[in-house]
Amino acid sequence: MKLITHNMLSSNIIKGVKNGYPLGIQATDVQVNEVDFNPDFVARIIPKLQWPILCQAAESIGHLGDLPKELISDFESNEEFLKKAHHILMEIEVKEGNLVCPETGRKFPISNGILNMLLNEDEV
Amino acid sequence: MLHTIQSCYGDIEDKLVADLGCGCGVLSIGAAMLGCGSCVGFDIDDSALCICQRNLTELDIDQVDLIKADVVHIENDEVLKRRFDTVIMNPPFGTKHNKGIDMTFVRAGLNLSRGSIYSLHKTATREHISKKCSKWNVKMEVLAELRFDLPASYKFHKKGSVDIQVDFIRFTSIGSLKNVEC
Repeated sequence: MKLITHNMLSSNIIKGVKNGYPLGIQATDVQVNEVDFNPDFVARIIPKLQWPILCQAAESIGHLGDLPKELISDFESNEEFLKKAHHILMEIEVKEGNLVCPETGRKFPISNGILNMLLNEDEV
Repeated sequence: MLHTIQSCYGDIEDKLVADLGCGCGVLSIGAAMLGCGSCVGFDIDDSALCICQRNLTELDIDQVDLIKADVVHIENDEVLKRRFDTVIMNPPFGTKHNKGIDMTFVRAGLNLSRGSIYSLHKTATREHISKKCSKWNVKMEVLAELRFDLPASYKFHKKGSVDIQVDFIRFTSIGSLKNVEC
């Protein structure tokens, strides 16, 4: 599971959970894969993301690197910045671990890179 | 199907795509090959997801993420709402026991997408779908008619295989969704 995906997931699908965002990350296996850099996509997706949440998620698994915690104003034309963002969004892969609901502590396991968000009947 | 989505509407390249009921990943893989920015495949079935992950690895496709989830549960997710540029799907057509599941998938797609939803449905249900869409305030366009050769897959199927007519449909919200509580 990549951090771009983490950025848009919550546990508010569980009955009774109001916000459920962001989900905590407990990672036991994190891999870094090379993914083709697509500057147009990264520039377009950044404004639609929660930047502070992305930085927080990257930091929690020790991969923030030198990514600025504040979104810079000219990010669209700053290739250096877009490359760093691309790396964090697309190239860091949580292979094994859990995502954790901030309100209930409910864990969503990640196994072989696949996140399990399936709810039990009593959680719906 | 994906070539049409890209060449006629430009809804794949550089886009954030969701694939609902991705199965072994045919559509997700296609979207990745056509240059989508990132794609998230959702499915409820472990074995399908495992095969999908293997397919992605073998084909060296690295912009697809997989999530095991029930599409019915993520339908009302406020955080996922309108997160994706495009939603693609080949939904279950529904059998005796889960009639109308394809339109539940479309409804989930409409919640997740800020753009269009591309899907496949039995031609026989076109009128029903069209009624649903006008009720929901959604525009539907049949882009193509296809023919599926489906092998028998349930005990109550009497024939070895059947040819069924399938519509390739594009759904787009017109303004806000209405009456979607089914």
